[in-house]
Amino acid sequence: MTAVLELRDAGFRYRRAAAPALDGVSFAVEPGRSVGLVGESGAGKTTVLSLLLGLASPTSGAVLFDGVSLDRRDRTMMREFRRSVQTVFQDPYSSLDPRQSVGRIVGEPLSSLRIASGADARERVAEALRAVSLPADAAGRYPHEFSGGQRQRIAIARAIVSRPRVLLADEPVSALDVTTRIQIIELLGRLAEAEGMTIVMVSHDLSVVAALCEQTVVLQGGRVVEQGRTADVLGSPTDPYTRRLLASVPRLPA
Amino acid sequence: MSAVVEQAAQTAPDPRDRARRRARRSVTLGVGLTLVGLVVLVAAVSFVWLPHSPSDTSGGRLQGPSGAHWLGTDVFGRDLTTKLMIGARIALAVGVGAVVIGAIIGITIGMLAAFASRWLDDTISAVLDIIIAFPVLLLAMLIVAAQGASLGTAILAIGLAMSAVVARLTRVLAKRVLAQQYVTAARTSGTSWAGIVGRHVLPNIWPTLGVNLALQFGVAVLAEASLSYLGLGAPPPNASWGRLLQEAQGTVAVAPVGAIAPGVALVVLVVGVNLVADGLRDVADPTRRRSR
Amino acid sequence: MILDIQGLRVSARDGSALVDGVSFRLDAGERLSLIGESGSGKSLTSFAITGLLPEGLRASGSVELAGVQVIGAKERTLVPLRGRTASTVFQEPLTALDPLMRLGAQVAEPLRRHLGLRGAALRDAVRAALEEVRLPDPERIARAYPHEISGGQRQRVAIAAALACRPRLLIADEPTTALDVTVQADILALLDSLVAERGMALLFVSHDLAVVSKLTERAIVLRAGRVVEENTIERILTAPADPYTAELVRSARELDAALEVP
Repeated sequence: MTAVLELRDAGFRYRRAAAPALDGVSFAVEPGRSVGLVGESGAGKTTVLSLLLGLASPTSGAVLFDGVSLDRRDRTMMREFRRSVQTVFQDPYSSLDPRQSVGRIVGEPLSSLRIASGADARERVAEALRAVSLPADAAGRYPHEFSGGQRQRIAIARAIVSRPRVLLADEPVSALDVTTRIQIIELLGRLAEAEGMTIVMVSHDLSVVAALCEQTVVLQGGRVVEQGRTADVLGSPTDPYTRRLLASVPRLPA
Repeated sequence: MSAVVEQAAQTAPDPRDRARRRARRSVTLGVGLTLVGLVVLVAAVSFVWLPHSPSDTSGGRLQGPSGAHWLGTDVFGRDLTTKLMIGARIALAVGVGAVVIGAIIGITIGMLAAFASRWLDDTISAVLDIIIAFPVLLLAMLIVAAQGASLGTAILAIGLAMSAVVARLTRVLAKRVLAQQYVTAARTSGTSWAGIVGRHVLPNIWPTLGVNLALQFGVAVLAEASLSYLGLGAPPPNASWGRLLQEAQGTVAVAPVGAIAPGVALVVLVVGVNLVADGLRDVADPTRRRSR
Repeated sequence: MILDIQGLRVSARDGSALVDGVSFRLDAGERLSLIGESGSGKSLTSFAITGLLPEGLRASGSVELAGVQVIGAKERTLVPLRGRTASTVFQEPLTALDPLMRLGAQVAEPLRRHLGLRGAALRDAVRAALEEVRLPDPERIARAYPHEISGGQRQRVAIAAALACRPRLLIADEPTTALDVTVQADILALLDSLVAERGMALLFVSHDLAVVSKLTERAIVLRAGRVVEENTIERILTAPADPYTAELVRSARELDAALEVP
C-alpha cells in the first residue's frame, strides 16, 4: 500500500543555523495506521510538522504525497494535498480567529479549497459540528464564548469538514485539563474510525501518543532514534534515549 | 504571575463597572457625534444658503456683531459668519481627504512591510521613520514650493505625512496577526495570502486602526490650520479657519470675535472628532461582544 | 505549625468566589499537594499565602504563616516573610526570572535583603546556592542571562533563588509543567532531595496526579474554589470519596494505562 504521506531522508537547515534542525528523517504514514511522533523540545517536531503541512520544503530529501514528491508551487497538487491533509493545532485560544463566527471558521476550508459553498457548505459545517458533539447553534457564536475543550472541538470540526484522509494533530490536548484530554482523545479515535482518517499526532506526551497511535516515531536532536509499533517501542525499546524517555514519564503508583 | 491568575483578575468584571463604562461611552460618543454633526450641518447648509456673498465687502470694516452680521465683519468688510460656514466645508474636506490619502497609501505600504522579507521590511521601516521625523510643515512647504499653495496641495502634504504613521501602525498590527496560529490554520485550510489579508488580517487590525484614523482626522484639521496660518494653505475663496485666524491676527484687539470664532470652531470640530474616536475605542472592545 | 489556613475566600471584583472556604494546615517539615484543574483556585490559594494576589482580588478568612496573619497585612509585614519564611517556585521560569538581570544577581537579591550579605561573602553564597541545585559551572551561569540557558537550568536557578535564604516553607506551583519530560524527572528528584535535606515544609500545586504522587503523600483536591477531598494520595487513588475526584483519578489512570504494554 502506498503511504499517503512520507518523509524520505528529509533534512532541514534554517538559514545561517550551525546545525540542521532535521537530519535524515524517514517515516511513512500508511492509510489506517495512525502514527505518533514523540520528542522533547529541540527534537525537531515543529520542523517535521512544517514539512508535513507543506508550509516549508525540506533542504534535503523529500516529502512525498501519495508517492509523489510534494511540489509547493504546483497549485493543483497543493489543493488536492490540502483537501487530504488537515490539521488541529495546539493552542485552542490562538488557533481560532476571534473576529469570525464559528460557522465561518469551520467553513473556511470549504470556501478556500472550493469544495462547497452556500447551503451545501452550511450543511457540511453543521455536520462537522454534530460530529464533534457541539450544539447546532454554535455556528452563529464566537470563539470567546466557548471553553478550551470546546474550542478544540471547533478546531477539530474545521479539520474534518473537508473529509481529509490524514488528520495531523499538533499537541492537540496539551493545553487542556486532564479530564478533557481523555474526551478529546476518544473523539479523535472515534472520528478516525468513522471517517476513515489516519491520524498523525505530534506530542511530547508519551501516554497521549500511546493511547491513540499504532505506530510511534521517536525524535531526538533532529533524528529518528527509534520507530515501530507502539507496543514494541514501549515494551522493548532499543534506543537508550527512548528508554530514558520512558523511564522519566511520571507513573501513578500501582 | 501565571496566566490563570491574570485571567481570573480580568474576566470577572464588576457589572457596576460595565454599566458605568457603557454610560460613559455613550455620553462620549453622543457628545462627540453632536459636535461633529454640528459642523457637518453647517457645512451642508453652506452649499444651499449663506447669509451674505463671500466676496461682498459692503459691510463696513471690522464691525462688531449685529443683526445683519451675526459675528461681525473682517478687515475688508466681509461677513464673518459666511466665511466661517465656508471654512467648515474646508475643514471637513481636509480631514476626509487627508485621511483617505493617508489610509490608502499607509495601509498598502504597511501591509507590504508586514509581508516583506527581513531586509525589505527593515528598509521600509527606516524610510517610514525618516518621514515621520520630518516635520509636516517642512513637507508641506516643499510641496507648496513645487505646486503652489492650494487646498489640494495642503491635503496632499498632510495625507502623505499621515500615511507614514498609518503605515507604521498597520505594519505592527498586521505582523502581530500574521504570527497568530489562526493564520497558520488558514494557510493549511488552503486560503491564499490575499484571502488571509481580507479574511483575517484586516478585520483584526481594523478596530485599532480605525480609531487611529479617526484621531488622525483631528490632527489633519489642525495641521491645515497651522499651514494656513503660515500662509501655506488654501487662499480665498477656499479660506479655512486657520486662514481666518491669520487674517484676524493683526486686528484682534479691535475686533476679537474675528479670532475667537474660528478658534472656537476648530476646538468644536477637533474635540468632537476625538470624543468620537474615544467612544469608538470602547465599541471596538472585543470582550463586549457577547451574543449570549 | 508553619501554615494555618482557615476559611480562605478569594473574591473577584463582582463578588464571585474564586476560592471558597479553603482550610488546611501544614506542620514544619510536612508535605501536602493541592490538586486541581484550571479554575480550581489552586494557584490563587498559593498566592494568597504570601499575600501576592493580583489587583482586584480580595482575600478574607485567615492565613497564618509561621504565626503571622497574612490577610489584610501591610506590605512591610509581608516582605520579610517572602523568601525567608516561605518561598515560591513558579511554573514558567522565563517569566519568573527578570530577563534583563544576570542570574547571579537574581539569586543574590534575597541573600542581600534577608541575610545582609555583601561582597565576597555574597558571591560565595550565590555560588553555593547554584551548586546545591546541581548546576555545572556555576560561575558561568551566574554571569549569564535567563535566555542564554535551557529551561531546565532556568528552573534550577529559580529554585536556587527560592531556597537561598533557607525558607521553612516551599510553595511549588506547577514547577515542572513547562519542562520536558526527561528534565521534569530530574527537577522533581532535586526538589525531593532538597526539601528532605533541609526539613522544609512543602506545598506542591499541580494538576498531575502522577507527579504529585512522587513528592507528597497527602493531598487536597480543589474544584471551583472548594475543597472536595482531603486524604492520602493512596486513598485518593484507590477509593476516592468525591465523584469529581473519582473522575480525575479515572482520567489519570486511563492515560497511565496507555503506557502499559499489552
